[in-house]
Amino acid sequence: MTQQPTDQTAEEKHIVIRSIDVKRYYYGEADNVTKALDGVTLDVYRGEYLSIMGPSGSGKTTLFNMIGGIDSPTDGMVFIDEIDVAQLDSYELAWMRCHKIGYIFQTYNILPILTALENITLPMTFAGMSPTEAREKGAAILKRVGLGDRLFHKPFEMSGGQQQRVAVARAIANDPVIILADEPTANLDVDTGAEIIELLNELRKERGITVISATHDMKMLDVSDRILWIRDGKVQRLEERKNLDIRVGGIGDEK
Amino acid sequence: MKGLAQLEEIPHQTALSWRIALTVSMAGLRRRFFRSLITMVGVVLAIAFLAYMLVTESITRSLIALDHDELNILLQKFGVDIFSGGETDQMTIMLLGLTLMTCTVGILNSMLMAVTERVREIGTLKCLGARDRFIVKTYFIESSLQGVCGAVIGLVLGLIVAVAVSCRNYGGYVFSTLPVVSILGDLVISLFIGSLIAVFSSIMPAYAAARKQPVEALRVQE
Repeated sequence: MTQQPTDQTAEEKHIVIRSIDVKRYYYGEADNVTKALDGVTLDVYRGEYLSIMGPSGSGKTTLFNMIGGIDSPTDGMVFIDEIDVAQLDSYELAWMRCHKIGYIFQTYNILPILTALENITLPMTFAGMSPTEAREKGAAILKRVGLGDRLFHKPFEMSGGQQQRVAVARAIANDPVIILADEPTANLDVDTGAEIIELLNELRKERGITVISATHDMKMLDVSDRILWIRDGKVQRLEERKNLDIRVGGIGDEK
Repeated sequence: MKGLAQLEEIPHQTALSWRIALTVSMAGLRRRFFRSLITMVGVVLAIAFLAYMLVTESITRSLIALDHDELNILLQKFGVDIFSGGETDQMTIMLLGLTLMTCTVGILNSMLMAVTERVREIGTLKCLGARDRFIVKTYFIESSLQGVCGAVIGLVLGLIVAVAVSCRNYGGYVFSTLPVVSILGDLVISLFIGSLIAVFSSIMPAYAAARKQPVEALRVQE
């Protein structure tokens, strides 16, 4: 399951998330209805890198939550790895979040006080792995993300980039099918952000994980396979990377 | 449907998760050590008061039982009604009840605040696959630990003060007839009431914490 070829042809693309006419309404007072999502149909393929763009208030976050299984639609259906999210009870949802999806947050959200290793073994123990196994696997993953010498450091002893690396390591702890990253580079400087993007892209290729990120970072769009624009709760545009002209430049030097 | 078949084999997370819950809640306590300490002081004072009342009552009762002339004068001098057998009066019991109630509300309040403050942390845990039961355990352990530690410190404090005050008032008589069994009983009662308060006041915050949604983890603002 973890080793998936990524250079599939269009016919044999495996759909990992399928959303069918997803709507999410928020009911206010009287007849006030906020349509955060107004019928989004979207297929996401295994092993692809999808970026979601849109101004704030466009429903970007709402869509993100829907396909991440942390919010449920008012109408329509969401399938994650062939599982209909609407049919799951809270127990099964927790299981799915634990095994299928890795989350990366803008603000890292690493648990303070716990060491880097403890932060990573936490989701593994939720998955029912024994502490010894979890420690070994956790250490290996931390080495993979380049924090082999930071196993027992606390979050406050690490830089933002290192904390985000811990978050990436935590996201892949249970070999998920999907990584959901909500503006993972927004709080980082350009170079550190680029490193995180590179890391995500490498992991995607070597493990066949689907990466979905909400972002405004041009570097991130540059490595994406597809880019989705969302506006007023509707899909405005969905474009393959190769059809777009994105240039990433620096100031004064050519990258 | 391959996906649904997978759901059938969800492993149970039980024995292991108590240990992890303990680690997480200890981490929470250490992080807010000072605040936890303040909450604990509330429990310490309430239980110290309770233990002090109970122990003093036991000692006074044993002194009355001695029925020594000189001691009886001393007892009356300190306002003990030797004919009622050293019972604590109504007013004090009411005061005691109020103290214990204040202490309950104190733990409740500080734990509810801790929950609101840590909404994002709870959301993150849920995103990682923590189940409601795990969150309940974490917060339950956290506030119970505060309560039980406070109760233990409080009863030691209460005992020391009660014995010291009695010694000052009645001198050597206290040790000649120290009612050890009765005092031990008092201490057990104090510990029991203290723990009961701690556990009782942790139930609501723990459930409030478990009801938080994982969506909250994605909010950027604190």
